Amino acid sequence: MIEPNNKGFYGEYGGAYIPEMLIPNIEELRAKYLDILNSESFRKEYHLLLCDYAGRPSPLFKAERLSAKYNANIWLKREDLNHTGSHKLNNTIGQILLAREMGRKRIIAETGAGQHGVATATVCALMGLDCVVYMGATDIERQAPNVARMRMLGAEVRPATSGNKTLKDATNEALRDWIANPLDTFYLIGSVVGPHPYPDMVARLQAIISSEIKEQLKSKIGTNLPDYVIACVGGGSNAAGSFYHFLEDESVKLIGTEAAGLGVNSGETAASMACGDKGIIHGSMTYLMQSDDGQITEPYSISAGLDYPGIGPLHAFLKDSKRADYMPITDDEALDAVMELTRLEGIIPALESAHALAVLPKLKLKTSDHVVVTVSGRGDKDMKTYMERFNL
Amino acid sequence: MNRLNSLFANKKDLLSIYFTAGFPRLDDTVPILKALETSGVDFVEIGMPFSDPLADGPVIQKSSTTALENGMSLTVLFKQLENVRREVSMPIVLMGYLNPVLRFGVERFLDKCKETGVDGVILPDLPFEMYREQYSHLFEERGISNTFLITPQTPPDRVRLLDENTTGFLYMVSSAAVTGAKTGLNQFQIDYFTRIRDMELKSPKMVGFGISNQESFSEVCKYANGAIVGSAFIRMIENSNNIAEDIDGFICSLKPRND
Ligand SMILES: Cc1ncc(COP(=O)(O)O)c(C=O)c1O
Repeated sequence: MIEPNNKGFYGEYGGAYIPEMLIPNIEELRAKYLDILNSESFRKEYHLLLCDYAGRPSPLFKAERLSAKYNANIWLKREDLNHTGSHKLNNTIGQILLAREMGRKRIIAETGAGQHGVATATVCALMGLDCVVYMGATDIERQAPNVARMRMLGAEVRPATSGNKTLKDATNEALRDWIANPLDTFYLIGSVVGPHPYPDMVARLQAIISSEIKEQLKSKIGTNLPDYVIACVGGGSNAAGSFYHFLEDESVKLIGTEAAGLGVNSGETAASMACGDKGIIHGSMTYLMQSDDGQITEPYSISAGLDYPGIGPLHAFLKDSKRADYMPITDDEALDAVMELTRLEGIIPALESAHALAVLPKLKLKTSDHVVVTVSGRGDKDMKTYMERFNL
Repeated sequence: MNRLNSLFANKKDLLSIYFTAGFPRLDDTVPILKALETSGVDFVEIGMPFSDPLADGPVIQKSSTTALENGMSLTVLFKQLENVRREVSMPIVLMGYLNPVLRFGVERFLDKCKETGVDGVILPDLPFEMYREQYSHLFEERGISNTFLITPQTPPDRVRLLDENTTGFLYMVSSAAVTGAKTGLNQFQIDYFTRIRDMELKSPKMVGFGISNQESFSEVCKYANGAIVGSAFIRMIENSNNIAEDIDGFICSLKPRND
């Protein structure tokens, strides 16, 4: 396990670069989150909800035709089968219990693809709490079904209209809302980003993914260590969860895939590792796409959930320490992977998850290799894009 | 003692204006400074525009976007301020976000502040603890003042800590909000101002966020050394065809002259 130090730094990455207005809230969370997360009552309720409400454990499926194609043993960690259709619910279940424990009545969240927004609206409905979700106006357009789901669940969806009107801008608006509503509001962040303690807290709440992978592999192949674990990286929460319990198992190669958009040198990209360098975004020191003057660059990706110019600080640390590798995947490569999984296995993945699958043709795999790919979500929300791109 | 410290030592009911560098046009920064001094403003905060200003409301966000589109950067700003001390004598404070400053280089940034005659810096997203550990000696070596924010939610012991460590003034955020003009003060704010006043802090205090007219300005002067007006000024200047004249009118409406 890799934990940040008490100030929230993984090496030189992380921390809490936040204005004074947010300090009381962040400080309270920092002081309480570990005690709450480790308490007997929290653990009981969290695991009960993961099991009976979310439908966990999510299956680890041996993809036979994909395995035949790539000449290796390909396992899919089916987060797409989680209630609400992605891994995001693992985190929102945990944080909503925390918010309730801390006595907060109003929940705010940011969302890109809308999956985190839906997962937040879902647990708010479950707990009877007010919910406001900020979403970039561009994303409201391209992820329309999720907007309707959030509204149906009783959440108010507020458009963010600055910048490229995507995830970064929605996060800015959510932080502004928290500044303006410091007393009753809990900010339920959707990835391993933001000021400490969010990156660590969200990683812990997603760690269930790798703990299940280990158990499932053990019973299926007799060892709990695969050769590869692969996951896509927007902010990096499904990847953090997929890697978490493997971080100390040095034999397991960890690969994160980031969205290259039209290509890492195209200027239309969200590959913060390939194109960015050290800087501060949303309260955290990390890899960031920025200009020579330190202005944050507007990102681009076909995938709303990966369309973010930064990356969680844990991943910045894992990259520098070479514990994990990060590879850029273009829009077109992701779309090819969508069709491949759909036709070979009968699973329509989310665009985000397709960025993880798209790495398979790039690896030099051995027949004996066991490769786990996390399918972070299902493709229902992306049908509009698929209909256009595949002429359906 | 720099210009800021002597101003606080000698004058009360200070009016400070925040404006974004390079807005509405790139070369407006210095003309605005001169007009503000002529019209009797006591000191200024020049906003260093940032792409993602998360403590700012829509008016300052928009002015920052325009300023960046106009080509504003720290390099350009320091170039504009190169000879400013020949023409402007009031204290100048730079306010902005940490990332562009880190990118420019903190030491280089502070050297430039010193060279051009900037008296103080406000970086809201550089929390006190990190400032103390990593940067305070660099500020002190060059005699550049720092300023910390306090809010209605800042606990008393933290207010004391920030007070003891500020070398400029304490920036009292008037309410839980991002920047933006509002009308009128409520009882909650009055209670907060009173509470802070009664703590008898060592540092001067300026109230900012939401101060937009003469009434709110003179009201907060009862509790603090003065107030900072930002969004209301930016809104005015955006629509101005005659900067010098309109600035004079605006400042006069906030703080009528006795003569
Ligand atoms: C299905 C899916 N996968 C991945 C992501 C990216 O988030 P993260 O990198 O935090 O897992 C999202 C975000 O919206 C998503 O909806």
